[in-house]
Amino acid sequence: MIDTISSTVHEKIKSDKNNYKYDCKLSTNNEDDLQSEEFEETPLYAAVLTYISYAILCLFGWLRDFLRQSNIETKRGAIDPNASLGFVPLYQSYESFYTRNMYTRVRDIFNRPIASVPGPQFELTERLSDDYNWTYRFTGKTIRAINLGSYNYLGFAEKTGPCATESISAIKSFGIATCSTSSETGTQRYQIELEQLLTEFLGVESCIAFGMGFATNALNIPVMASKGDLILSDELNHVSLILGIRLSGASSQTFAHNDMNDLEKKLRAAIVQGHPRTNRPWKKIIIVVEGVYSMEGSICRLPQLIELKKKYKAYLYMDEAHSIGAMGKHGRGIVDYFNVDTKDVDILMGTFTKSFGSAGGYIAGKKSLIDHIRINSHANNYATSMSAPIVQQIISSLHLLNGPEGKKRIYQLADNTRYFRQKLVDMGFIIYGNKNSPVVPMLLYMPARVTRFNREMLRRGIAVVTVGFPATKLLEARVRFCLSAAHTRQMLDAALKAIDEVGTDISIRYSTRHEHRRLRDISSEK
Amino acid sequence: MGSSMTRGDIESLATDFYDLLESFKHAPVYHLSFEIFLVLAVSWLVFFRKPRPIEKKLTEKEKQELIDEWQPEPLVPSVDPNHPALNVRVLDGIVGKTVEIDGRKSLNFATFNFLNFVGKQRIADKAIQAVQKYGVGSCGPRGFYGTIDIHLELEERLARFFNCEEGIIYSYGFSTIASIIPAYSKRNDILFVDEGVHYAIQKGVEASRSHVKWFRHNDIADLERLLAEQEILDKKNPKKARSIRRFLIIEGLYVNYGDICPIQRMVELKYKYKYRIFLDESVSFGTIGQTGRGVTEYYNIDRQKIDLISSTLEYAAGSIGGFAVGSSFVVDHQRLSAQGYCFSASLPPLLAAAAIEALNIMEEENTTLFETIMDKSKRLHKKILSIKGYIVNGDEISPLKHLRLTNTLNTIGRLEEIVQFAQSRDITITVARYLSDEHRLPEPSIRLILNVEMNDEELEFLCTVLQEALVKVTT
Repeated sequence: MIDTISSTVHEKIKSDKNNYKYDCKLSTNNEDDLQSEEFEETPLYAAVLTYISYAILCLFGWLRDFLRQSNIETKRGAIDPNASLGFVPLYQSYESFYTRNMYTRVRDIFNRPIASVPGPQFELTERLSDDYNWTYRFTGKTIRAINLGSYNYLGFAEKTGPCATESISAIKSFGIATCSTSSETGTQRYQIELEQLLTEFLGVESCIAFGMGFATNALNIPVMASKGDLILSDELNHVSLILGIRLSGASSQTFAHNDMNDLEKKLRAAIVQGHPRTNRPWKKIIIVVEGVYSMEGSICRLPQLIELKKKYKAYLYMDEAHSIGAMGKHGRGIVDYFNVDTKDVDILMGTFTKSFGSAGGYIAGKKSLIDHIRINSHANNYATSMSAPIVQQIISSLHLLNGPEGKKRIYQLADNTRYFRQKLVDMGFIIYGNKNSPVVPMLLYMPARVTRFNREMLRRGIAVVTVGFPATKLLEARVRFCLSAAHTRQMLDAALKAIDEVGTDISIRYSTRHEHRRLRDISSEK
Repeated sequence: MGSSMTRGDIESLATDFYDLLESFKHAPVYHLSFEIFLVLAVSWLVFFRKPRPIEKKLTEKEKQELIDEWQPEPLVPSVDPNHPALNVRVLDGIVGKTVEIDGRKSLNFATFNFLNFVGKQRIADKAIQAVQKYGVGSCGPRGFYGTIDIHLELEERLARFFNCEEGIIYSYGFSTIASIIPAYSKRNDILFVDEGVHYAIQKGVEASRSHVKWFRHNDIADLERLLAEQEILDKKNPKKARSIRRFLIIEGLYVNYGDICPIQRMVELKYKYKYRIFLDESVSFGTIGQTGRGVTEYYNIDRQKIDLISSTLEYAAGSIGGFAVGSSFVVDHQRLSAQGYCFSASLPPLLAAAAIEALNIMEEENTTLFETIMDKSKRLHKKILSIKGYIVNGDEISPLKHLRLTNTLNTIGRLEEIVQFAQSRDITITVARYLSDEHRLPEPSIRLILNVEMNDEELEFLCTVLQEALVKVTT
């Protein structure tokens, strides 16, 4: 069990940008505090109104389709050059119903191009549409906005500073690419340096790095699992994990999100019954979870998972895409956050895109595991090796993380997270997830409110990410704020002011557990 | 003689039978109903009862025992520490025409650096400018502020280069075709795939869960046979046939074999059998054709007839990533359905800038890059053919060739010895590495790749070294 050290550590560090003292209570190993999460239920009236909204959208969609079919309205969008030649249509018309009638109406809130570094503030290219989002034209101007959408947890997306300078010198010394696979003639010295540094940082025996985070999951899970194995994966796992599990050929079952009782029940049933048809025992059982779930803001229950896996002799695969660098006292991820032994997690996976400001993914674990992956991985044998400036950015940021600069960034992120979340909850919005996770989903429910919120926030100079069906459940459309260590207190205050205004304007204070308040009524504490 | 039934016997039988029937009427009801019930029960037992499976109801104690006894396999099997993937050559510096290994420079015939763009000053300068404007990473997927204006510029340039309507870029070469195929082809569709395609295409085909019909490598007759068989099935069930999409997946220049696909005939067959063509031009982009536009230019085929051309930026263009070009109708679908595009971070802007500059070099007015590379490939082909003892696979204009020893001599061990010998004489070549679960594992070979800036002496030197290596290995 975890030993409960009940002392809390207060540290005050000074930020040099605006002399604000970040007060960071890096507390306690009190388990309850680390795992305190909230997922308020959908209020009934919101659910009903959301279903009605989708029904109205469908009705209008059918009406428009009918008008287009009978040529009253012009058909827009591209036409199949092979349509009249007797080819089977490439897309079923019902598959693209959603695209034609719902997605295109609000397409301007997605895929917004930017024209600067994706830091805490950035420049969006202005694009206007004259025909309801079917085509765009760029005016050439840019809009300056506060960035609450990019994955920049530790603020390493910078165009100046040691990381950028070192990446530039890496381009000069090594060129851009190697044009060869790692197993043939593509292993460069910097790749070995990266893997060694990462091994020390994570506290494992060995690790291997790849050029793309998505591919790290999709191409390496088939190496570890195969037919005859059982994989138990959380129901909200990322698409790359699901694809990897499917390609591996192993049987898979899902357990309810973060529900350890359900997982235990399934583990017991799996070992007792074996394969459903032949009753042969499973060769091995792997539990696949994520560190921080990007759409929910929840953190996996690592201590209980380790207990379960030891009790039932299963293996644990943890995808730390969003948590490496962002969580934990030293930025070492969920293992650091809960203060458990890294040897207890069999396979640690992570990406460099989010906290390190670069690109790529890695897998870490015992040396025998990493050697096996090195020999059999699809990515190691068929995909070209990583590019020099990309690797140098990771190496530089790792060096920084090990020093005082890194500590400052980690504290800033933790402080920003707590402040932002607390203020939103105090105002009466429904916020999901663990109170320490830098991913802050706020529920909006209705599709029209989702789009209105996004556009109104941009008008006030805040760029946010809103997601709806099919990335989330039908009812639970939300806006997801990604906080960064580079956000200053003024930026967060500006964002909160805008959220307060827009929130009052379109009535999205749904919470029944917390009082609805205006920002000006909340006493400024921290 | 014989027994004969007298009239009296028949009469007595009839009377007995009548008496029997009469007795039924006089029997008590319970007796009758009990008899009927017995008859029914017996007939049910004989005809209708299905044998019930014996249910294993385990007690908690038994379950706990099973749980305690179960031993899983180790997570990974033991590995051979001498496997070549664990003992690779480590490179230093720029991997261009020459490569530095352990302090010694050697000529590089192993990396896919066809046009020698790796280390070019122009490209490095543009990449440095991009870092100074955008930083290194893009910090998000395309849908959430990961679209940078330089991505849009690269997509437009690629579409213009191929004279197509729209282009789309991916952040990893392997994931490009592996995400494209499942985006269009679903469970009920049919894929006609050449057996010699490379591994990424095989993974894409596997991920799509469609029916796959493999045809022998570059064998048009085999393809026609499969198409004719499918047509017969279609005629039997025309309603179903109208909902099955068909795709032909081929490569322009095959990485595993070095030969070019017979694309004219495939385009003709397309309009006869109504399938769509996805052409993967990973190797032929920037190497085949007068202006490097691939096999469609080489064979003078209208690019509008190919539904989708996909390729990689990791070979000739000297950057990282992949792309696809085609009509807007086809390409736009990937922006919402291709997993490697929607759920993955976008290409770092410096790599996109490098690719744009590579395109600039390729589109220059008086460039002789492509003529030169085709010419040198032909010369290299002739030179190697003149060495007795080697078999060269691949078209003569292909800059990628597979070198094998004759017949039974062709083992990986011998090829590795040749590679090591060549390395000691400052020539870097490599044995082509495959995983054992390829659909059709090619024969072991050395993959020779020609860099456009190699001159004649260097090619001669390569042949000399290969000759010496052959002597060393076969004695």
